Amino acid sequence: MKLKTFKIGGVHPPENKISANMAIQVLGLPKQVSIPLSQHLGAPSVPLVKQGDIVKTGTLIARKADAFISANIHSSVSGKVLRIDDVMDATGYRNKAIIIQVEEDVWEESIDRSPELKKDIDCSPEEIVKKIEDMGIVGLGGAAFPTHIKYMVSGDRKAPDTLIINGVECEPYLTSDYRLMLEKTDEIMVGITIMMKAAKTPKAVIGIEANKPDAIVKMQEKAKDYPGIEVIGLKVQYPQGAEKQLIKALVNREVPSGRLPLDVGVIVNNVGTAFAVYEAVQKNKPLIDRVVTFTGKKLKKTGNFLARIGVPSTMLLEATGETMPETTAKIISGGPMMGKAVSTLEIPITKGTSGLVILDEAEAKRIPTSNCIRCAKCASVCPMGLEPYLLQKLAYREYFDRCETEAITDCIECGSCSYTCPSSLPLLDYIRFGKSNVLRIQRERRPK
Amino acid sequence: MSAVILYSVITLGVVAAGSAIILFVIASKFRVDEDPRIDEVAALLPGANCGGCGYPGCRGLAEALVKAADNGDISALMCPPGGMTTMAGISEFLGLKAGDMLPMIAVVRCGGSKEKAPTKFEYDGPSKCAISHSLFLGESGCPYGCIGMGDCVSVCKFNAIYIDQETGLPVVKDNCVACGACVKACPRRIIELRPVGQVENGNTNGKRVWVNCINKEKGAVAMKNCKAACIGCGKCAKACPSSAITLKDNLAYIDPMKCTVCGECIQVCPTGAIKATFKPEPKPKQEPASEPAA
Repeated sequence: MKLKTFKIGGVHPPENKISANMAIQVLGLPKQVSIPLSQHLGAPSVPLVKQGDIVKTGTLIARKADAFISANIHSSVSGKVLRIDDVMDATGYRNKAIIIQVEEDVWEESIDRSPELKKDIDCSPEEIVKKIEDMGIVGLGGAAFPTHIKYMVSGDRKAPDTLIINGVECEPYLTSDYRLMLEKTDEIMVGITIMMKAAKTPKAVIGIEANKPDAIVKMQEKAKDYPGIEVIGLKVQYPQGAEKQLIKALVNREVPSGRLPLDVGVIVNNVGTAFAVYEAVQKNKPLIDRVVTFTGKKLKKTGNFLARIGVPSTMLLEATGETMPETTAKIISGGPMMGKAVSTLEIPITKGTSGLVILDEAEAKRIPTSNCIRCAKCASVCPMGLEPYLLQKLAYREYFDRCETEAITDCIECGSCSYTCPSSLPLLDYIRFGKSNVLRIQRERRPK
Repeated sequence: MSAVILYSVITLGVVAAGSAIILFVIASKFRVDEDPRIDEVAALLPGANCGGCGYPGCRGLAEALVKAADNGDISALMCPPGGMTTMAGISEFLGLKAGDMLPMIAVVRCGGSKEKAPTKFEYDGPSKCAISHSLFLGESGCPYGCIGMGDCVSVCKFNAIYIDQETGLPVVKDNCVACGACVKACPRRIIELRPVGQVENGNTNGKRVWVNCINKEKGAVAMKNCKAACIGCGKCAKACPSSAITLKDNLAYIDPMKCTVCGECIQVCPTGAIKATFKPEPKPKQEPASEPAA
């Protein structure tokens, strides 16, 4: 049988899923956590607590800003608010965060902490969306887009007919979604059923890459008990998990340039998000923890950890009982294809942290670049059908108007072009530079 | 044979005459009256098309000047690279008084040399400040400091700025015309246009003092990354006899309009973050940071 996949471009980097067999462990609590106010896409949240306040695990500590795209943030621990201060984020720049000193672990009474599966859904679609919004659920695939916005079908947009669940995890090294699918299968299925009810869709399709056969089998078996849910195995091809590529692969629809999945009648969510939705709606639990992969070739022990939001990343290293390998050259937050190098391990884990990858020098070092040899490999692997060599040159010369006509804003920054370039040109770096400038120009052009 | 020539001449003659009439009618109907002064004013401008005046090229400024002259006041317009000499010529030609301009120069406000702010991280991406800036906080760890990849150098049309290989910082040469291209190119807004010096009898003395840092972090945090950072201690503000120094967000700023270049602040600064183009009067307790900015 031929596996489904997207039609243009794509690469297949070494998978390196070292931590795939490590069951999810619960990560302990540190002495203090720092919860950034901006860990989702959109406007930073507005803090509701002040110095000296006592909070419980699950207390709302920052509300959604008045902007359209924003999300609530809850305390991931119980204790005292020390201060609201600038804390280093993954890029090294300082951003506002709420710093809480941990005292015991007292949860809000409204949260149901029992491990029993709760299958019956007694909320109306509107109540579900409200709950997703209140509980601060954001997309756990990496971009951290506030989930409730995807379910607000407004105006003349036609209602979606299919819900797509992303269990692809096409990034090398990362295994957090895979472990979640194996260990929390039922919860994910109930979560998907809840999301189907919220979106009023009769059908949900789960896409899983073929390099996770046990996850496909387990999900397929469980899906039999839940009407309308179908599990489809996909070809191993990067970036299979990108939103537009996944839609093309699973339901063979193409999202036009500059449009949203909703315009072709689908909503896409991650399996991690489905689990978070289950916990939020059925158990009243806000998004205060997530599964994080800690991995690297030179580490003796790797792992998948259920970590509270705001916990310093050094805890992951301690939990594996390791010291940092001496050959470490780069630490990547996220996967190695799209993740960002971080300047220190002191950074807190946020809603968007899917993993930390430790790379040694051989893997991390960039190869010296040479001239473009016009082989057009970058154009053939671009999943969006763009011409990266051209965009790179245009961005390098700062011809931003041409960048715009060449559809630079369609770039999903998957990095396939840089990965495949035989001259190891920094294609994506320049394209990102051009894209950010074009987006800025477009924002300025828009009437205020 | 002669008939062929005759017909040809007549036909072409008629076509030529017809075209000439059409062209004449169109030319007189759609005639654009351009003020002849614009060309002459443009000839008086330097012709570098640097854009420092805010207009697209020298001709753009010439048009604006002539338009302003019709309204009777050109004092708001200025050619920064040309300076007072150019403006005097234009003022004479247009018969109006040109605005006063303090001669300006670009000033690099970062002292994070390789020695003072040693490299902590290795960056091997594309050599462009704007890209490096958007990715992380810089090799020295200072989120405000100079990245040193020379975006300012590549935009300078006057060859007036270069990167000093020893310190890794840009250096502004005396031929800077203050067009402001580097100010816009720097992603960290380190470069500022400041007056070249104090005005004495219509000439500048070239003396200027500035805080050589724009780090707004708290003193201890800033010092971790750079030994030459302004820590916001406020000693300079207290020492300043003309209250030209203000403290905001852990950072001192010297107002060039109030500063009398007495040099008091340079002597009290504990980190040597205040820089000047002259040697302050000797009251030596510690060595003043006072190499002239070449």
